[in-house]
Amino acid sequence: MAELKATRFGYGEGLLILGEKNPNVVAIGLDITSSTTVNMFADKYPDRFISLGIAEQNGMGVAAGLSLVGKIPFVCTYGVFASGRCWEQIRTTICYNECNVKIGGGHGGISVGPDGATHQALEEIALMRVLPNMKVIVPCDAIETRKATVASAEIQGPVYIRFGREPIPIITDEKMPFIIGKANVLRKGKDITIIACGDMVSESLKAAAILEKENISAEIINLHTIKPIDEETIIKSAKKTGRVVTVEEHQIMGGMGSAVAEVLSENYPVFVTRVGIMDKFGESGKPDELLKEYGCTYEAVYKAVKKSMQKSK
Amino acid sequence: MTVTELEQKAKVVRADIIRMLCEAKSGHPGGSLSAADLMTALYFEKLKHKPKEPDWDGRDRVIFSKGHACPLLYACLAECGYFPITELLTLRKFGSRLQGHPGKNKGLPGIELSTGSLGQGLSAGVGMALGLKLDKKSNRVYVLMGDGEQQEGSIWEAAMSAAHYKLDNLCGIVDSNKLQIDGSVKEVMGIEPLAEKWRAFGWNVIEINGHNIQEIISAYDKAAKTCDKPSVIIAQTVKGKGVSFMENQAGWHGKAPNKEQADTALKELECK
Repeated sequence: MAELKATRFGYGEGLLILGEKNPNVVAIGLDITSSTTVNMFADKYPDRFISLGIAEQNGMGVAAGLSLVGKIPFVCTYGVFASGRCWEQIRTTICYNECNVKIGGGHGGISVGPDGATHQALEEIALMRVLPNMKVIVPCDAIETRKATVASAEIQGPVYIRFGREPIPIITDEKMPFIIGKANVLRKGKDITIIACGDMVSESLKAAAILEKENISAEIINLHTIKPIDEETIIKSAKKTGRVVTVEEHQIMGGMGSAVAEVLSENYPVFVTRVGIMDKFGESGKPDELLKEYGCTYEAVYKAVKKSMQKSK
Repeated sequence: MTVTELEQKAKVVRADIIRMLCEAKSGHPGGSLSAADLMTALYFEKLKHKPKEPDWDGRDRVIFSKGHACPLLYACLAECGYFPITELLTLRKFGSRLQGHPGKNKGLPGIELSTGSLGQGLSAGVGMALGLKLDKKSNRVYVLMGDGEQQEGSIWEAAMSAAHYKLDNLCGIVDSNKLQIDGSVKEVMGIEPLAEKWRAFGWNVIEINGHNIQEIISAYDKAAKTCDKPSVIIAQTVKGKGVSFMENQAGWHGKAPNKEQADTALKELECK
């Protein structure tokens, strides 16, 4: 049984490492510092923690300004607010200015649970990937989130990292390489490619194990970086299997699945089945019942694979 | 520079604005002219900067949060020697470093921030001021805003945070020319009492005639001497100041003068 750990802790741990490594790293708090685990950094480096309160638009602008005088600001709040409330500040003041700002969007997905629709971020991948100069990373577990956070400080320019609230299985390890823009093939297969990001990667691995018993060999790709997207790995896999299922805890419109479909339709058209939130807002409930209701489980992946297998290539 | 020299320089800057807008055939004269005295006094007398070393670490920062007034920004920078004055005539042209709203990414020296979307510049100024203070540097940050721009809520988020962090190295300037696109600020969406609002947000407020060079310089000095609070200079100005047919006309917010109008304007400014 894999250890369960929320990806938000990976973010906080990553920030701590950066705090030690790089004196220019500063963190901006927008009132939800402990929930996003940024409090670990704030406690250790109080002089480098800037509390700006419930003011996301100002938060992004201040981050931009800090970056322009040599700081590397990490600004973090829940995904809905981080990507939505201040979208235009991110577009104009951060991206158009190519500011070295790293945005952490917590509480990604419907698995946020009881808080309900207003707090369940289902659109951030779409909102952020469309911005020039922005990089978008959706790590699959706490270890990868930590690596992604640290890696984001090593490159120039704006980065958006999506992570979640609920404990999810650890499926990577320290040895596994993490390179921004380079997808990881976690499981080789020949009948169908399943491309997943975030917590849906572990769900896909679960689905693959069940499919194996039915003699369906699924290749699993952890597409942690949605932008810049690893076209080579996606196309290579599609050429091998001829079928693709994408899965994300995100609206299917405009998210990771759409990004994959864009790559394949231009380079190697195959059937792409997108699994995710079907153009709906979420609601209150327990994480696992919501994931089930909204089709973001290994069962949904399994069903999508079976359906895809029925289509002739 | 003396007050008289600065007044003369402001005329030259205004003439540059008219010439570049006429050539570009689009752009924003009204709000560029209204802030010309404020920015001439800043760039030529008060700002700590080295035009030949635009990235000099010890420089003060200037942000035109009202980015549409960039003809003024470009004129000041060119007259200071950041780039050739002849380049001013490339404003808004395809491939130009002088974008329609300040663009940092085109390589024009002296642009601290790409702006144009109102209400965002002050936050960036707060960020710069905070970062400079964290590093115990003495550089100052100036943010030029419009009065219509005060309608943007994000200005007030920034204002709140600047006072919270006692950013006395930050100086806001409100070019209060009373007009916006749809008409007078009072009719479109009243912002008064403005000085009281800034005071309530914890800022030191300095109210001046935005066309009196001496008052402008004193205001910058007062701001620099104020400790533990940011300062805002609320300058009463005339939109289109310096060109009689543009003064106090909302219609000249975003309309470029044609050749005939430009010639008349240049004659008034005593520059050919």
